[in-house]
Amino acid sequence: MNIVLNGDPQLLSGPMSISELISFMELTGKRIAVEINLDIIPASEHNNHMLKEADQIEVVAAIGGG
Amino acid sequence: MPSAISEKNTDILRIAGVEFNSRLLVGTGKYKDFEETDLATKASGAEIVTVAIRRSNIGQNPGEPNLLDILSPDKYTILPNTAGCYTADEAVRTCRLARELLGGAKLVKLEVLGDKKTLYPDITDTLIAAETLVKDGFDVMVYTSDDPLIAKRLEEIGCVAVMPLAAPIGSGLGIQNAYNIRTIVENASVPILVDAGVGTASDAAIAMELGCDGVLMNTAIAAAQNPILMASAMKKAVEAGREAYLAGRMPKKQYASASSPIDGMFL
Repeated sequence: MNIVLNGDPQLLSGPMSISELISFMELTGKRIAVEINLDIIPASEHNNHMLKEADQIEVVAAIGGG
Repeated sequence: MPSAISEKNTDILRIAGVEFNSRLLVGTGKYKDFEETDLATKASGAEIVTVAIRRSNIGQNPGEPNLLDILSPDKYTILPNTAGCYTADEAVRTCRLARELLGGAKLVKLEVLGDKKTLYPDITDTLIAAETLVKDGFDVMVYTSDDPLIAKRLEEIGCVAVMPLAAPIGSGLGIQNAYNIRTIVENASVPILVDAGVGTASDAAIAMELGCDGVLMNTAIAAAQNPILMASAMKKAVEAGREAYLAGRMPKKQYASASSPIDGMFL
């Protein structure tokens, strides 16, 4: 399955939930937000929400800024 | 109003119903590392700190602390910004992601930029984004130009604070149009904070002497030779400027007025 993660194409070997993607990104437990195809997916839905072919996924965090 | 600095602070800044003792808000960009960010933020005494929202990429410093581990939302009010957004849609999208990231926190700093050279605010898109965000339940602190009519319009839209620039972002040029800032303050019934353009402590003091409710800065501290010392200087400047404003300055006069009495002269 092909997805676009933070602007880069990624090939996933099988079904994956958002929580599993976050774990793959080594971001489990971090303060992040996830948007798929411009819709925000609340943290409460990350375990159950499965990624789909061609999903455009953004995973964002807070960084230093003014 | 405080009658002396030693008494308990009763001069509270209220933004969206929340009370703050510090009138200095600081950004968290441009520091050399998290330790410097942490120490400078502490030295500033700021209670509200701005952050940016950016992609968190694979393998990007795994295991390293996250900014919000250093500046905990339990200790600071986190003010996510929309820096880098050039359209209303981008800014609204960023604010919605920030709200999700911060567990539903509604306070945001809206800035919609016009061009990369000046980072001057795009006012038409700022107005559009402000209306959308206010309707969506956000508490919007908005970065804008020093135009008094636009500042009033943003207040009427429902922004909880209006933040005119002193000078371009990161320029350190200080307050370029003191008369406009004063007019904005006089017209306002929401807090007015100078955001952007402060270069050194006297600039912050001038903003506060003009009657601003606070000052937001980043580069003036982070790009100082000693950011932690400058953070302390800015804390004092904001407090000094505020007290001078509340105290009411003496009138300016063209000629001298002796401070020592004429009576009792023995010459």
